[in-house]
Amino acid sequence: MVTFVVRRLLLAVPVLLGVVFVVMLTIDLLPGDAVTLMLGEHATKDAVAKLRDHLGLDKPFAVRYLDYVGRVLHGDLGRSIQQNRPVAAELADAWPATLQLTVAALVLAAVVGVAAGITSAVWPNSLFDACARLGSLFGLSMPIFWTGLVLIVIFSLWLRWLPVGGAGSLTHLVLPAITLALPSVAMVARMTRSAVLDVLREDYVRTARAKGVGEIWVLGRHALRNAFIPILTLLGLQSGQLMGGAVLTETVFAWPGLGRLMVKAIFARDYILLQGAVLVFALAFVVINLLVDLSYGLLDPRVGRQG
Amino acid sequence: MNAWSRFQRNRLALVGLALVVVLALSAALAPWLAPYDPTRQSLIEKRTTPGAKYWLGADEFGRDILSRVIYGSRVALLVGVLSVVIALAGGLVLGTLAGYAGGWLDAVMMRGIEILLAFPYLLLALAIVAALGPGALNTTIAVGIWGVPAVTRMVRGSVLTLRETEYVGAARALGAAAPALLRRHVLPNIVPGLIVYATLFMANAILLEAALSFLGLGVQPPTASWGLMVSTGRDVLLVAPHVATVPGVAIMIAVLAFNLVGDGLRDALDPRLRGSV
Repeated sequence: MVTFVVRRLLLAVPVLLGVVFVVMLTIDLLPGDAVTLMLGEHATKDAVAKLRDHLGLDKPFAVRYLDYVGRVLHGDLGRSIQQNRPVAAELADAWPATLQLTVAALVLAAVVGVAAGITSAVWPNSLFDACARLGSLFGLSMPIFWTGLVLIVIFSLWLRWLPVGGAGSLTHLVLPAITLALPSVAMVARMTRSAVLDVLREDYVRTARAKGVGEIWVLGRHALRNAFIPILTLLGLQSGQLMGGAVLTETVFAWPGLGRLMVKAIFARDYILLQGAVLVFALAFVVINLLVDLSYGLLDPRVGRQG
Repeated sequence: MNAWSRFQRNRLALVGLALVVVLALSAALAPWLAPYDPTRQSLIEKRTTPGAKYWLGADEFGRDILSRVIYGSRVALLVGVLSVVIALAGGLVLGTLAGYAGGWLDAVMMRGIEILLAFPYLLLALAIVAALGPGALNTTIAVGIWGVPAVTRMVRGSVLTLRETEYVGAARALGAAAPALLRRHVLPNIVPGLIVYATLFMANAILLEAALSFLGLGVQPPTASWGLMVSTGRDVLLVAPHVATVPGVAIMIAVLAFNLVGDGLRDALDPRLRGSV
């Protein structure tokens, strides 16, 4: 198990290095002079020279890349151009809000999606199954930013139950979390349904039933435990989708998180802040999938035994 | 039973196909179908609610929403189709290269692909658009690039399997060049998979274009793009909810249509997967 963990940790390193490389390269490929783009047409020569020096733009790409990686390892993500604050501080201010939002959405997706999927699989082709499958189709087809606006119209404008946007209390979290969770709920429900249906066709389930094991026990002890591996994998992958969706949800609900910070950074052409934000997202994604991989070992004794 | 008759028996897929046809017609016949010029402003009629004159109402500038939704189908389909072309072309070239070359080139390319696939899709597109700048063309490129890794992996896998088969070995022994091998033997084997992927990708491409345009990083005003329309309507959401919500329905219908057709095609072309997911 320990070798398994170490190996997975080591595998995460090239992924993060690659992400930094890709982001720096895209920004490096910017047409025109990056510094003028960042500071605007009317920047003083002095300011341009200073930023150019700070970014080390006269050095070759490889040197800058290694420089950046080295500084990141020491916790220095540079200074944001617009706010002139350390990027690390800006990110530290924003990430708790995003974490709160994505975790709430992930929990919703897991609970509602898995419950709906299991119900569908236990009674396939029932009325519930038909409704759930149709609902999933719509859930996957609705643009998330639009869902958010529709929910605002219904629950804030017409019913006046919940606030339009902003953050602070639990009531502020309800609409953004539901909005962000919907496509994942649909995806998880579909996946759970097919995973449980597959497992229920297995020989060992038939054996369990044949020897008189109760249906609840068959489901809980035999079916779900095996079906949870693909479901868990999907949840890990969904966390990436949730982070992408968080950018849109945060914009719709004026939620003060990383996604909104990132969009602001793009508009302000603050590429140093953008790099930092992307890196945090990538890191979070890697960590979550690492946790998912590790939890296989707990759920399925076959994983990780070989080392 | 052949693929088409299997597809025909899937009612949902047929509904999807009908919707796709409607979309295509609306894009092709937009100038004749739209009751008004999509950019014609009438400020005294701004935010008119749906009614006899403007069936779906008017937006913040008094522009007819129905006409803009009809013209918006052009943007959605054009960006979608072109990004599918980019994804397929890029994936075919890279996948064939990796599959044929093998060795370290293949290993490096596949690690790169894994990194791109691991990246949340919207973030990747955002990074690309941030670098290229907003606009319809750059949005198309960003969406297309996002599709390349998956196609690459599909093509590479198929090239690797086929490289080992006897008939490809025989064709090679007879002196067939790589492009001919690709066209005669590799392509026919992956076309069904690619068609399914392309259809489902269309759905996601439309969603992604709408999302980028909504954020103000995609198609720029005054072009009628659905995502952009939702974004402008957002400012008047509380006084005139229809301005933002109506164009969103168009996005949903378009995405749903391609998802239904894609699901139907997958079931029809690959009966083994029938009913799964």
